Amino acid sequence: MRCSVRRSADPPATAPRFDPATFVARLRSAGLVVPITSTIAYVDALSVVGIDRPDSVYWAGRATLVRRPEDAGTYDECFAEFFLGVDPDERTDDDTETLDIGLDDEADAADDQGPSDDGADPDVSLRWSRTEVLRHRDLARCTPDELREAWSLLAKLRIGGSKRPARRLVPSRRRTDSLDLRRTARAAVRTGAEPVRRFHRDTSERTRRLVLIVDVSGSMEPYARALLRFANAALVGRGRVEVFTIGTRLTRVTRELASHDPDAALRRAAVAVADLSGGTRLGDALGEFNERWGARGMARGADVVILSDGWDRGDPAVLGAAMERLHRVAHRVVWVNPLKASPGYEPLAQGMAAALPFVDRFVEGHSIASLEFLADLVAEPATGAIPPTGRRTGPTVGSAR
Amino acid sequence: MLAVMSDPSVSAVDLRAAGDVDEIRVAMERDGYLPDEGLATAVHLALQLRRPLLLEGEAGVGKTEVARSLARLSGGELIRLQCYEGIDVAQAVYEWDYSRQLLHLRATETAATVGATGDLDVDSLEDELYTERFLVRRPLLRAVTTSTGPPPVLLIDEVDRADDEFEAFLLETLADYAVTVPELGTFTASVPPIVVLTSNRTRDVHDALKRRCLYHWIDHPGFEREVAIVRRRAASVDESLARQVAAMTERFRELGLYKPPGVAEAIDWAVALSTLGTDRLDFDAARATLGTVLKYREDQERVLDLGLGTMVGDAMQRAAVG
Repeated sequence: MRCSVRRSADPPATAPRFDPATFVARLRSAGLVVPITSTIAYVDALSVVGIDRPDSVYWAGRATLVRRPEDAGTYDECFAEFFLGVDPDERTDDDTETLDIGLDDEADAADDQGPSDDGADPDVSLRWSRTEVLRHRDLARCTPDELREAWSLLAKLRIGGSKRPARRLVPSRRRTDSLDLRRTARAAVRTGAEPVRRFHRDTSERTRRLVLIVDVSGSMEPYARALLRFANAALVGRGRVEVFTIGTRLTRVTRELASHDPDAALRRAAVAVADLSGGTRLGDALGEFNERWGARGMARGADVVILSDGWDRGDPAVLGAAMERLHRVAHRVVWVNPLKASPGYEPLAQGMAAALPFVDRFVEGHSIASLEFLADLVAEPATGAIPPTGRRTGPTVGSAR
Repeated sequence: MLAVMSDPSVSAVDLRAAGDVDEIRVAMERDGYLPDEGLATAVHLALQLRRPLLLEGEAGVGKTEVARSLARLSGGELIRLQCYEGIDVAQAVYEWDYSRQLLHLRATETAATVGATGDLDVDSLEDELYTERFLVRRPLLRAVTTSTGPPPVLLIDEVDRADDEFEAFLLETLADYAVTVPELGTFTASVPPIVVLTSNRTRDVHDALKRRCLYHWIDHPGFEREVAIVRRRAASVDESLARQVAAMTERFRELGLYKPPGVAEAIDWAVALSTLGTDRLDFDAARATLGTVLKYREDQERVLDLGLGTMVGDAMQRAAVG
């Protein structure tokens, strides 16, 4: 199918030759994943709706080539450029944000003992093996060589997940109240229609979903990389893991990180995350997570792990409200704060203070050892510091809204 | 225009015979569903290309209603498969009627004892048990084995709630509109059913499944369309009240609430107001009925904090201007 489509009012100087395959190639180069089957569907669709009306051509492509609402913007741009002759350079791109790296660090430094502060190295005993030392070393102070070794330790981590009862009944050896009629009936044939052997079914267990939300603002950079690798290890090891990054905005990086090659995964994630090492708007980003993903189902009954130092440029009340909502939906909220390892740390950063009432476990995350602890933590059932009865009716922040 | 099918008792139309997008749009509008250009195109394409249609969008934008509307229009049976975590073949595709099988075994055994032979042919007995007589048809199997009348509309609702493994079954079924029962063989639909899948996007549906489907994201409708929808779905509501409700709903959606109201809530609200005899929205009426449109206490508090009275005032102006 080859024909030309022109804008009715003001045809561009060179009317573009309309070739669906070229358009698809343009979409691909803009980053859309378009399998060949979709291209075929697109051509089929065009043959149904025709190519006389730009609207039909547009929607035929939307229905066959776009499969995620996030891709609609890219599609629109390509469509405008390809069919309507809009030069992409002429458009004002108000999506671009300037990155300001950790602007608030100085202002907030009084609140917290930051890792960048000059301080003595943690106590290191010479009797420890090299790996043992590395496991406990603050990731912000590792040399590139040590980091490489640390990453290989992380890649070896097996991250399970806590279990919860599932609806599905599975065959069981125990005598339960529930009869497995399928197997009983089959066996009965063999014993002259008499159900001599009775089979039973029992409840099963499922792994809870694990949601990792990683703060990638400037102050968190060394730790964020470690947790993204942690996330990668979790994704490779098992399903039901979702990964998001937060900074000035929320980005879902589950797909990008799901690769057996951690370095490639991290590179892809870095491309997807536009605000890497920018500032933080924790409250807004968590609110967005709740609205777009969490409250709809992703966080429901899940273990949610947030990695952040709690330095928030936004209003702490917004963060408090977002955390309260998240806490009500999730099974358990774990907050990982690398600064917690610093001697004499107090959660004084305003954001951290607002979030803490809605956190079930507050742990460190500054070293490989602490991340190993985190892996154990998410694998065990939620008990411990806060009794299950108390967590649903956690304290309310008066000025939440 | 679409041809009315031969059965005179229902005014069903053969949707697949529609000549262009507008015929689909007009037919759906006549049925009470007001699709925008994009949705009408997607529906038309799904029907023409005989592919499943995957609809995503916020809760309450009318995803499920699309399938209902198509079923009403085509006169086909609406077969609904509500997905949930842990759904498996036994609930979605087929199951054997084990109690009847056991009864049948006992009956056969008794007959054999009473009869002369006293002997049971185990193999033929087993074959007997796995015949269509003992087959319980669940939605997917029913959808491909309906052979009389217009093709059924198969609604696979909230597919994102099912497990990933379940999508593999769906993929097989939706690829060829065929279901395989190992004991009996493969059932293939003589006429492919009209298939609509919906997802709230609590997780991403697998790409392989998405590739099988046509995709459409349903957005909240624009102001005028919402007014029209409220008018269509709630006949008792008069024009000015519908405009005010639509304006308020539009405003609520801009506030970043926990649960921004969908079209369904707007309709409920309009009906509630009209039931209470309100013909003009004011602060007291809005406040008394807020629970029909905002379902979270926090959202209601938020709206009251931000000034419900002002919002009502703004909405009246918006409604008047249009």
